[in-house]
Amino acid sequence: MSVSDKREFTVVNHRVEKIDALALACGTAQFTDDLDIRGLLTGRILFSPHAHARIKSIDTRAAKKVPGVLAVLTHEDLPRVRHTTAGQGYPEPSPYDTLVLSEKARYVGDRIAAVAAETPEAAEEALSKIQVDYEVLPAVFDTMQAIAEGAPVIHDEADSKNIPDAQHNICAKFDFEVKEVEWFSEADVVVDQWYKTQWAQHCALEPHITVTYFDGDGRLVIRTSTQVPFHARRITARVLQLPLKSIRVIKPRIGGGFGSKQEVLLEPICAALTLATKRPVKIEFSRKETFVSSRTRHPFVLRLKTGAKKDGTITDAHMEVYCDNGAYGAHSLTVMMCSGSHTLPMYQAKNSRFIGRSVYTNLPVGGAYRGFGATQGFFAWESQMDMMAEKLGLDPIEFRKKNYIRSGESSPVFKAMGEGREGIEQKIGSCGMDECISRGLAAFRWEEKKKRNAKQAGVKRRGVGCACLMQGSGIPEVDMAAAFLKMNEDGSFNLHMGATDLGTGSDTVLAQIAAEVLGVTAKDMIVLSSDTDLTPFDVGAYASSTTFISGNAVKKAALHAREQILKIAAKILDEKPEDIDLKDGKAVGKSGRSCALSEVANTAFYYHDQHQIMGVASHIAQSSPPPFAAHFAEVAVDTETGQVEILDYVSTVDCGTAINPALAEGQNDGAVLNGLSYALTEEMRFSPSGAMLNASFRNYKIFSAADAPPFKTILIPTYEADGPFGAKSVSEIGINGPQPAIANAIYDAVGVRLFNPPFTPEKVLAAIRAKK
Amino acid sequence: MPQKKGRGTLRAVDGKLDILVNINGKAVAMKVAPGEYLLDALRREGYKGVKKGCDGGDCGTCTILLDGKPALSCMLFAAQVHGRRVTTIEGLGTPNQPHPIQQAFADVGAVQCGFCIPGMVLVTKALLDEDPDPDEGAVRRALDGNLCRCTGYVKQVEGALLAARRLRQPQGGKK
Repeated sequence: MSVSDKREFTVVNHRVEKIDALALACGTAQFTDDLDIRGLLTGRILFSPHAHARIKSIDTRAAKKVPGVLAVLTHEDLPRVRHTTAGQGYPEPSPYDTLVLSEKARYVGDRIAAVAAETPEAAEEALSKIQVDYEVLPAVFDTMQAIAEGAPVIHDEADSKNIPDAQHNICAKFDFEVKEVEWFSEADVVVDQWYKTQWAQHCALEPHITVTYFDGDGRLVIRTSTQVPFHARRITARVLQLPLKSIRVIKPRIGGGFGSKQEVLLEPICAALTLATKRPVKIEFSRKETFVSSRTRHPFVLRLKTGAKKDGTITDAHMEVYCDNGAYGAHSLTVMMCSGSHTLPMYQAKNSRFIGRSVYTNLPVGGAYRGFGATQGFFAWESQMDMMAEKLGLDPIEFRKKNYIRSGESSPVFKAMGEGREGIEQKIGSCGMDECISRGLAAFRWEEKKKRNAKQAGVKRRGVGCACLMQGSGIPEVDMAAAFLKMNEDGSFNLHMGATDLGTGSDTVLAQIAAEVLGVTAKDMIVLSSDTDLTPFDVGAYASSTTFISGNAVKKAALHAREQILKIAAKILDEKPEDIDLKDGKAVGKSGRSCALSEVANTAFYYHDQHQIMGVASHIAQSSPPPFAAHFAEVAVDTETGQVEILDYVSTVDCGTAINPALAEGQNDGAVLNGLSYALTEEMRFSPSGAMLNASFRNYKIFSAADAPPFKTILIPTYEADGPFGAKSVSEIGINGPQPAIANAIYDAVGVRLFNPPFTPEKVLAAIRAKK
Repeated sequence: MPQKKGRGTLRAVDGKLDILVNINGKAVAMKVAPGEYLLDALRREGYKGVKKGCDGGDCGTCTILLDGKPALSCMLFAAQVHGRRVTTIEGLGTPNQPHPIQQAFADVGAVQCGFCIPGMVLVTKALLDEDPDPDEGAVRRALDGNLCRCTGYVKQVEGALLAARRLRQPQGGKK
């Protein structure tokens, strides 16, 4: 078996210590703000206090006179380049509806002006002295009202591009239908239900931050907390009309992103302040600004109308979604489409229809957020599956088992719906769903809990619920990743990748892949990611793509270097290259003779076939193999207060080969806990005039260590032939389960079904009372 | 230095206060503005392991130990710690010589983005100084003020318990 196809691993599939763990735990790893830069100015942004207002005039004269203020910018000072902040592959499938500083305020928190000053105090004072004359316009805050006739038009400028229906506030639309028989003609049971999900925020612990400065050669350096350094370079160059080659984007350590840093938000405005002042500038969002003026999870209004035969075969799947994008159309098409493209293939129906609209409202802007539409889609789907099962008189798990997609099967949805465009035909390779369910049921003790819960009395009632899930692994035929590695004379390697570790551990996972190929340890890899000057291109960290796509690029680059190593080693050992293996830092021949990799490197440097041993490769995927997962929740509902307590939670996930099981578990743990608080407590709330009311961790509740209920992640190993050493994605899927699993458990406990998360005590109690 | 050591009255000279703080076992003289937060002063002095995750004492990333007890440096004026003992993450260990808590966090995979980890390590240190054998509940209560969005806290709790076990061994947790 070649090294490429091996199933027995020495580095991969091992709990290798995360290569930057100690530096992070010791506080020495450098985040964006952790470098002292002489003469650094403070940049600050003036945000709109109005949800919808035309700017009649802006007077910056008094602001400019504040001592220590070096620049005050408004939309009049910047090139008028409509763009999208969504850091997606070019051309971005999002409308070009945004200016760096707005000429019209479209939400409370929209960006109106920016200042740079010697001190934070001077910057604040300057902001307070900018006089803006607003003409306040009628605003719309409801998704469905925004697309009704007569609603205020939020984007009425002629120079915006790719807005399908600006007059009706529709910033993206997509329709699709496969029909084998008359709709609902074969269905014995039909369920027609509407769902509504809430506004939520990513809450990465490191707020958005960018530092810009000119280097000694007069090039603009952008040191920034981003998931997409190459997209950030391209978009910044375009909107500021600078040559791309004059910009260098450096991604240092990142304090989490979860999609919010897939947006090019601060780079252009910070760079504009450096251009205006010729000085280094830092813009750092406060926590409040991060909540209001970065990005959010799009709330959805969804309708599912589904049909099934008595035997449990699903016949019809009609899915209709209205994705609230807030004031700008970032990720409007792709998140909306993924609510269908990641859910509809899960259960095979003869008839499938998707009607999708993304909608502008005068509220904060939706963006990429872990789960990316699939989260909202699966809340509806997995609630619906339980309702259908009940109506059919079937066990909800047996009903799912009868219908979910299996290895070797395809779905017309894969071809019809990609991300922002047509997808690709693919058959499911690995699918561990059967085992996800069986092992999850056993670990959760489902049957035992069901039996115990059958006899209940008292104020608190227990219930159990489940959800089955899938996601993708990158965007096929779109996402490209490249990697480069070179060998040093001690047998170590520099691994340079565009892949962007934002705290996920991808530097470690990718180092493990390279090390496996080269017969060394992960610690022999000196990883650099990412820097647009020093590392090859990669689309960045999104769409659950890094392990699968960047991992394949790294594997290929390592194989390329391996070939060169084997040739030199063959000369040293006097054997054929194909008879040599690399292990434990040595080249080992058939005869048993071996030489250290350091000898190979030195030979290549100084003695034989002199060259730098280096591997370089790119990868583009032809498939997006879904990971699969099954989640199981047990809750206790207090029938007097409506309080929902999570008693137990088990999630199983098939991510193919877990390159690093500890990090894969960590990814799933984090996704699940985020999903649990999204189900129960997290919600951005707004005043009647559109101002966010709870923009702090005190008032927007994410779970702490003491809030976290008992929960457990179980990895289900499979082998995905298209993945590096059998791997698929793992980072997003876990967030899709808690909302529906808990909704199903609440129903099991007290017989009320909630369609509008979060499931707060008020809502649960109101539903219990309404039922009585 | 115009002020005497201790918690005496400080007087501003040219709008700045001269304070003397024991940081990680070393006497450090700092000039701070009267309204300056300890978080900003420490970062300016080069203690970059002290992180800023929110602006209001809600997230715990700016945690330090003040006379051995966890405190939020964004909720303290720098002048308030004049004459006192501050421990930042830099005072515990280095990547080449980590503290057993730091090593335990790394060993179990508790570090993802790592932005919250310095605060968590310090809180764990204070807990274990007080209670060398805490149960899981005590660890969770201790970590309650330190938010993390990456991990779900599972492996941090595991890391703290592992560190406690190692530190209870005679060789003091050295690997």
